[in-house]
Amino acid sequence: MNQPTPSFLKAVFAIAHKDLAAEFRSRELLSAMLVFSMLVILIFNFALELDVKVRQSVTAGVLWTTFAFAGTLGLNRSMAVEKDRGCMDGLLLAPVDRSAIFFGKAISNLAFMLVVEAIVIPLYAMLYNETRIFQWEFIGVLLLGSIGYISVGTLLSAMSVQTRTRDVLLPILLFPVAVPVLLAAVKASGGIVAGLPFEEILTPLNLLIVYDVIFLAASFMVFDYVVEE
Amino acid sequence: MIEVKKLVKRFGLKTILKGLDFTVQPGEFVALLGPNGAGKTTFLRILASLSSPSLGSVQVAGYSLPNESAKVRARLGVVSHMPLLYPDLTAEENLQFYARMYGLQNQAARITEVLGMVGLEARRRDLVRTFSRGMQQRLAIGRAIIHDPEVVLFDEPYTGLDQDASEMLDEVLRSVAAKGRTVVMTSHDLARAEDLATRFDVLTRGVIVSSGSREDFKNSNLLDFYKKALETHS
Repeated sequence: MNQPTPSFLKAVFAIAHKDLAAEFRSRELLSAMLVFSMLVILIFNFALELDVKVRQSVTAGVLWTTFAFAGTLGLNRSMAVEKDRGCMDGLLLAPVDRSAIFFGKAISNLAFMLVVEAIVIPLYAMLYNETRIFQWEFIGVLLLGSIGYISVGTLLSAMSVQTRTRDVLLPILLFPVAVPVLLAAVKASGGIVAGLPFEEILTPLNLLIVYDVIFLAASFMVFDYVVEE
Repeated sequence: MIEVKKLVKRFGLKTILKGLDFTVQPGEFVALLGPNGAGKTTFLRILASLSSPSLGSVQVAGYSLPNESAKVRARLGVVSHMPLLYPDLTAEENLQFYARMYGLQNQAARITEVLGMVGLEARRRDLVRTFSRGMQQRLAIGRAIIHDPEVVLFDEPYTGLDQDASEMLDEVLRSVAAKGRTVVMTSHDLARAEDLATRFDVLTRGVIVSSGSREDFKNSNLLDFYKKALETHS
């Protein structure tokens, strides 16, 4: 009997669409990420001296700290939903290359992180009176940094979700591995806020692109082994 | 349809399956019986390509595992005691998602047909989280057969079901078997297994210790057959 098999891309988008549809209904993940991000932004606002010079130097750090922690919340939750009801087995049973699961989950995780960023950035601009973050270059760096962070985060969350201490384990595994992406993202976005010439932010920007490619390729290659029993 | 030779599965130093041999002909309904910890679920997970064998050969629907696992998965449906469903999606959306994952054509027609088979057509637009355990298990069967698989594996499908839900599940299982599917089911419910299956294998301590059809114990019952198999190999 000839059984149909899905194309890789169709499977990827089916997984991403399923995650987005489920989140649209429950709003569990996004609301937790958003509330957390807003609290962090507020706490930093009270904790820091907000004269113009300090504001300029802390913007990139505050924003990336917020996004990194909020992203971890989302990554943990997104994979836990699959594990807790056995749905990961359902995904693994599909007759498709298992890296499709990685890309599907990574796309939905990235979408959640970008939604949070789209809401937090205007809020940050309002609270910190910082409008230089509304630049296409800054948004481009946010996108590149988020892709790198989410790609390695999705892979590690698939590993950590199989342990009893997954909530604690994911940040312990993720932050050291994601340091190159976060450092490059902070440097590049800090340079843009400071109004540095493009040549000066080119190095961290290139690093960011290289790390994105490396993390995506490595995750694509090893995901099958990570989910194998 | 299923051919397993000298299957060994180890987790670290512990050997769960110890050279297991198992063959199922097309259209057979095999009940795999055995005490807790015998290795039934591990064995089914290997057949489902969710776990790799440590040693031995496994062929399902003419394809070997783990090398041709995608081809096996396309021909296989799995129902476990977990429904593998998303509670925040409707019954229809869950089936739609799995239909996409299996690359089905004419998805809408197939979803309607499957929902009718499992008696959930009236609840197609309801969220799965509002379903009872029995309804979730029926939808789980719908999920497992959405791609019309040649082989269906049931791992303790009656776990957590009340009497009414179990009877409904009986009907669904009968209709799956009546369509000529090859079925392997693990269960502790001997009465149900006796009622549904055509062959009975007893798995204990990682090996199949006894195998028989209904005719083999027509003068006794499945419980005697099962007890005898365990006593002989204890």
